[in-house]
Amino acid sequence: MNLLRRVAPPVLLGIFALVAWELTVSLGRIAPFILPAPSAIWHELVAQRQNVWEAALASGLNALVGLAWGTVAGVLAAMAASRFRLLSEVSIPLAAVLNALPIIALAPILNNMFESTSSVPRRLVAGIIVFFPVFINTLRGLREVDPTHRELMTSYAAGGWTFTRLVRLPGALPFVFTGLRQASSLAVIAAVVAEYFGGLQDGLGSRITSAAAFTAYPRAWAFVVGACLLGLFFYLATLLLERIAMPWKTRLIS
Amino acid sequence: MRRVLSAVLGLVVLIALWEGYKAVGNPDGTVLFGVRVLPRADDLSMPHVSDMLSRLGRPELTGGRPVWQVVLSASLFTLGITTAGFLAGAVVGLLLAVAMQRFRVIERGLLPYVILSQTVPLVALAPLIAGWSGTVWPEWTTVAVIAAYLAFFPVAVGMLRGLQSPQAAGVELMRSYAAGWWRTLIKLRLPASLPYLFPALRLAGAAAVVGAVVGEISTGTRGGIGRLIIEYSREATSDPAKVYTAMLGAALLGLVVAALVTLLELPLMRHRRRVSVVTM
Amino acid sequence: MTAVSLDKVTKVFNQGRPDEVTALSDINLEIGAGRFVSLIGPSGCGKSTLLRLIADLIPASSGTVEVAGKPATRARLDQEYGIAFQQAGLFEWRTVQRNVELPLELRGASRAERKARATEMLALVGLADFAGHYPAQLSGGMQQRVAIARALAVHPPLLLMDEPFGALDEMTRERLQSELLAICAKTGTSTVFVTHSISEAVFLSDQVVVMSPRPGRITAIIDVDLPARDDAARQSPAYFEAITAVRRALRGTDNASASTDAVAAPSSRTPGSASPAATAP
Repeated sequence: MNLLRRVAPPVLLGIFALVAWELTVSLGRIAPFILPAPSAIWHELVAQRQNVWEAALASGLNALVGLAWGTVAGVLAAMAASRFRLLSEVSIPLAAVLNALPIIALAPILNNMFESTSSVPRRLVAGIIVFFPVFINTLRGLREVDPTHRELMTSYAAGGWTFTRLVRLPGALPFVFTGLRQASSLAVIAAVVAEYFGGLQDGLGSRITSAAAFTAYPRAWAFVVGACLLGLFFYLATLLLERIAMPWKTRLIS
Repeated sequence: MRRVLSAVLGLVVLIALWEGYKAVGNPDGTVLFGVRVLPRADDLSMPHVSDMLSRLGRPELTGGRPVWQVVLSASLFTLGITTAGFLAGAVVGLLLAVAMQRFRVIERGLLPYVILSQTVPLVALAPLIAGWSGTVWPEWTTVAVIAAYLAFFPVAVGMLRGLQSPQAAGVELMRSYAAGWWRTLIKLRLPASLPYLFPALRLAGAAAVVGAVVGEISTGTRGGIGRLIIEYSREATSDPAKVYTAMLGAALLGLVVAALVTLLELPLMRHRRRVSVVTM
Repeated sequence: MTAVSLDKVTKVFNQGRPDEVTALSDINLEIGAGRFVSLIGPSGCGKSTLLRLIADLIPASSGTVEVAGKPATRARLDQEYGIAFQQAGLFEWRTVQRNVELPLELRGASRAERKARATEMLALVGLADFAGHYPAQLSGGMQQRVAIARALAVHPPLLLMDEPFGALDEMTRERLQSELLAICAKTGTSTVFVTHSISEAVFLSDQVVVMSPRPGRITAIIDVDLPARDDAARQSPAYFEAITAVRRALRGTDNASASTDAVAAPSSRTPGSASPAATAP
């Protein structure tokens, strides 16, 4: 019963919004280049599903590679920074500053540095964007240690690597996942949008721009829906991973 | 002060890494298993930092204005659009957060969509909204709308968390004073939400900058830094250092927006503790 | 055998700085093996600091601290004690069983040995059925029992407790007090117990050490000799007399000037002394 109360409002709202959208477009006779009807978008999505699938795979792979290396780099950098106080003092403000810049704007430069047929620039950009939330959150988790745990381990005469292995790392895991949740979505966004800046055009981003250039707007929207589904997939996969890695957590989204 | 110093130190390290790689790196790049994993280290692909800086001083095209002037005016143009979009998105986000706090049913209905919207690349819609330019409203407004759109979500979620942050004891206290919803909002919830609002505003500011840049590229808006980046990158083979000057402009834009939010924060957050905000 | 011995122990925080504070001054105390001793006093009297000195979690500024006949640091490295804090401090990412196994793991015990010992300790505290649960699924009282099981897992000769029942409600507290006494009697551990509840100190201890602040020092040691320590004892005249004695000693600390002859002679009383003796400041 409680579940129904929780799920009903957003589901009902979603259905209502779709119906209202459809009616407004068809009755108001709004041109497709302003806003296509959901029915038209659905039609295109079904017709183009093979293309959508292939483009989603390409973008998904780019996002995954970027997510993987960005996360590894972020966690390792956080471990290094938590070990050396000076390093963390310097790197946290720097990371905060760098995160405020539009990193996606690096895409054209990276395209120049590698060949135009390389997937590496998009994966690099995605990885850089992923690095910062993972780094900042993991570092916070590594530094925040429950004082009671610290005293307990001192009473056991256990320090150094033992302390890190038994207390710091497991305690930091929730923080790592906080960063990972943001990072997984950012990776997809980066992988898709990086194509707007040129470079190899085999993913969803290029399909969207080319469909828009051909004024096939319902098709373009269909690819956008594909991109949204890809983003959702990554986010839900991260939630699932979180559930598996931290069986002691009862709530996943605070 | 320490933050500025560390940022500068980090910048020095980055420059050292760049020049260092150029010194030791293979001019043709490094290829592993047929995939180029390290970029070419020659001057065409990776100009010297000094080249980038000197390029700022020289004219854009033969006989034109110096590059730094062009980049600066483009950055200012985009700054204006970003600010407009950021303000609009932040205001709408704030209003929605207040509505969600007031009416649980609105929260239950909308919050899942707001959170999920941050997980999907909605900015991918930018080329599609480009069609609204010229017919529905001027070009720059489309870009501002995209920026507003991206800024809206973190503000809505962060502000909601802030409004919900007061402990039960505080809320009950206001009830005991027979203070209605509005007065509780003004005297308790709004002040309590500030530590949550500012981190969200910083996120929203960065998002607005990205939205504006991507929006400019998708709509082809002239005069902004986004357009400049694309133009200069097309000339990269003949004029490699120029695109980096445009990068500097974009970076400057991001810094200015972040600084503006921090400036706003300083007087309002004195003596307040910091909070870490999770918006998804 | 003396379980704990403190000789002219002083602790000063922030020495030489403007915010310097003398937490403990000239502490002399001996705790015999198998005894249950409480430290009680108003806030700021240094009782928790004293416990941490015994545990070698902080070093003494001067004087010697000996545990099980060794210097405190050696005793800590040799794991001669188990400790329980006011927060249970369980690792939320480990099951109850694995939490109790933690000190055994650190000592390098084999998996079979760890499992057997942990099961034994959980049975002792009455939580055998919850071995596979996570701490978040347990109540505060249950978490504290797990913390006690963990503290006793290595069968230490000394148990140190820093207001472990402070965060619990009265009913749970009384029940856990009885359980703790039963466990200590069974295992024969010496215990140093910090509390600011007079009734708790009297019910649990053979000796109540009364402390006073600014600077922290021992003002009285009161022997508590109850015939039995059960629910009936909570109503007995001896119990109330002891409580009155402790209260008087505590009140006295409020009025006392910082005269050094207020310190009681620390000694272990001969067993069998009939009435609680109070040394008035």
